Amino acid sequence: MKGMLSFKHGVHPPEHKEITAGIASKRFPFPSEVILPLSQHIGTPAKALVHPGDHVERGDVIAQAEGFISSTVHATAAGTVRSIELWPHPNGTMQRSIRITVDPNSTQMRRPRSIPRWQDVKDVDLSKEIAKAGIVGLGGAAFPSHVKLNPPKDQPVELLIINACECEPYLTSDHRVMLEQPDMVYEGIRIGLKALGITRAVIGIEGNKPDAIEMMRKTKPDDMDVEIVVLRTKYPQGAEKMLIKAVMDREVPSGALPSAIGAMVQNVATAANIAAVFKTGHPLIERIITVTGRGIRKPGNWRIPFGTKLRDVIEHCGGLTEDAAEIVFGGPMMGQSQANLDVPVLKATGGILILTNDECKRQDIMPCIKCGKCVEACPVFLNPQLMGALAKAERYEELVEEAHLNDCMLCGSCSFVCPSNIPLSQWFAMSKSQMRKLVTS
Amino acid sequence: MTDSTQVKITASPHVRSAESTVQIMWSVVISLVPVLAASIFFFGPSAILVIGASVAGCLLTERLFGSNPGSVADGSAVITGLLLGLSLPPGFPMWMAFLGGFFGVAFGKLIFGGLGQNIFNPALVGRAFLQAAFPVAITTWPARAGNWWTLQGDNLALPFMTPVVDTATAATPLGNLKFADEPVVTPIFDLFFGTTSGSLGETSALFILIGGLYLAYRGHLNWHIPLSIFVSAFAVSGIFYAIGISQFPPFFMLFSGSIMFGAFYFATDMVTSPVTNKGCWLYGFGIGFLVVIIRIWGGLPEGVMYAILLMNAMVPFINRATQPRLFGTSGKKKKKEAAS
Repeated sequence: MKGMLSFKHGVHPPEHKEITAGIASKRFPFPSEVILPLSQHIGTPAKALVHPGDHVERGDVIAQAEGFISSTVHATAAGTVRSIELWPHPNGTMQRSIRITVDPNSTQMRRPRSIPRWQDVKDVDLSKEIAKAGIVGLGGAAFPSHVKLNPPKDQPVELLIINACECEPYLTSDHRVMLEQPDMVYEGIRIGLKALGITRAVIGIEGNKPDAIEMMRKTKPDDMDVEIVVLRTKYPQGAEKMLIKAVMDREVPSGALPSAIGAMVQNVATAANIAAVFKTGHPLIERIITVTGRGIRKPGNWRIPFGTKLRDVIEHCGGLTEDAAEIVFGGPMMGQSQANLDVPVLKATGGILILTNDECKRQDIMPCIKCGKCVEACPVFLNPQLMGALAKAERYEELVEEAHLNDCMLCGSCSFVCPSNIPLSQWFAMSKSQMRKLVTS
Repeated sequence: MTDSTQVKITASPHVRSAESTVQIMWSVVISLVPVLAASIFFFGPSAILVIGASVAGCLLTERLFGSNPGSVADGSAVITGLLLGLSLPPGFPMWMAFLGGFFGVAFGKLIFGGLGQNIFNPALVGRAFLQAAFPVAITTWPARAGNWWTLQGDNLALPFMTPVVDTATAATPLGNLKFADEPVVTPIFDLFFGTTSGSLGETSALFILIGGLYLAYRGHLNWHIPLSIFVSAFAVSGIFYAIGISQFPPFFMLFSGSIMFGAFYFATDMVTSPVTNKGCWLYGFGIGFLVVIIRIWGGLPEGVMYAILLMNAMVPFINRATQPRLFGTSGKKKKKEAAS
């Protein structure tokens, strides 16, 4: 393990991937209703194009991207638009969402549509096709992919790095993508390389997925300049900056984008879904989602249409166990607790994790004993001990100016190791939103 | 669970490492078991009386004056009591040990705001107080005489009475070398196993090493600190010894007195040592250097306590000077900004 490429610091949470890693993904049945928020991505919410009563087919555009950093939303099942209303969103807010009553008699086939061969599309137009399909980064941030594929002209990208680390414990959706659709991954890499006008790609996979590494090696096309790099299993290996450090041995400058050092990182499932757009004609309307944890009766990997309510997913997966206590969208390190079973699964939902009472017991917060374990854990070399003291004292300006709060990516490593259970990353998230308020007011 | 009214909502991360502050404290206590056993083996019931009195003083003070009644159970007061007790001479009066425990916890820790807030190691604050208040008692080392169960010195002296030491005294290895008319270098073998005169817990390097290595293995002490203390004490005393201005051989320097005990148990107190590893190196080098200087030129035979307390005072400055280099910067970003 020591010899593998990696980054400095980081933590080793228990992986628990064995629960679902071996379970092949299956198609999830269409629910009776789908809820599609206009904002499933970072950037401006899309603009609704449909009205209550409209009939939509699966894959139809129902909301159009507004502005450059935005993403188009498609109907994920055929049916009738019931309403456009505020609905609980997984981020904890209420968001304008399109409710579609799914037609139980529909075949759910796509409308006949002409799909261009990606090889025939001009390099510069590829990102437009990808924008039309509503592709966003599926690693969790949901940043619109077409924006990434258009890097600033003064910062040319030389290397495409495919992020197949999946460093969050429990999650296995990227793992299943590599095992089940390796050809789509490579096809997606070809499209990405063409869009960027470059030739070289690297796939970074954590060493805890030997079967996926072998599959990707076995199916690697001979005519492609792509290297498979096995990385040390360590959290947060899948963070963009950490992955670039491991693969290129270079640090993305503080405050800059990866393109500043000629790199672009794309999630492996995003690559596979880009290829699927050109292969099947379907825009991004579903993805593999890991439903896992000790709190769910039948864990598994499911290909779930976006907009399916959490309630329906739980029901189809055998229901919750008696001692289920907390439902998290995403992984245990950065995922978000859900308060409402009516929230829909979205493009960025890589996993649904259900923890039991034992696993989320209340732990008393003790005073900081300055042990320095958070300093040794922080992957971007911040001093969470100092930052915690500043955040607690609400000294936000010093927190930004002296302690570099803006470089914190809220990975949770400091909170994970803290023996005094101090909720450091929670404080940092709160401080960030306080700072945003100060800046905008 | 059947409906959404029962779900728990917490902030990420939703998993935590198993390590807790309370568990770290108690494993420090467990790691002291070999040293405690050795002190009882070498010094008999006196060890139990002195250490017991000091622990009782610490616990009572924590319970009476601590801001939170549960803080007695966090283990930190027990550690202070054990360490203070182990740093005292075997014949030390119990009431003084009790008073030292009170002073250490009250003025070394609680007055700053309790666990995590103090600048100086509470056990050393207690010991420094005793050194100032009872300079004779704390430097009286009874010779080993009689049976194992014979009390050493005057453990049972009444409060505010001068202890009567009617037994013969024996100089410690450091005293033997520094103040004796014919300086003697105690063999390393005796220092290693602890068959010498000295404070209760400091004489046996072997048992201190066992406990210290256990803590380092568990990740509950920062091994950079003891290592840097040993490296600097060895190097500095080696240089002075080589050029002939010191009579302390470097190996003797490492195994005599309380440097071993201090390096593993007092200097590594997380609250009063630097936060970064780089800072711990500086801190350890400083302690090692000061120990050698005080031992060679100071008025006292031993300098570990003052060396650590002095470096405790430097910790805020060390922390400021050794902040980690932010990822994606050269670490000199701030200066450039200030210049421009």
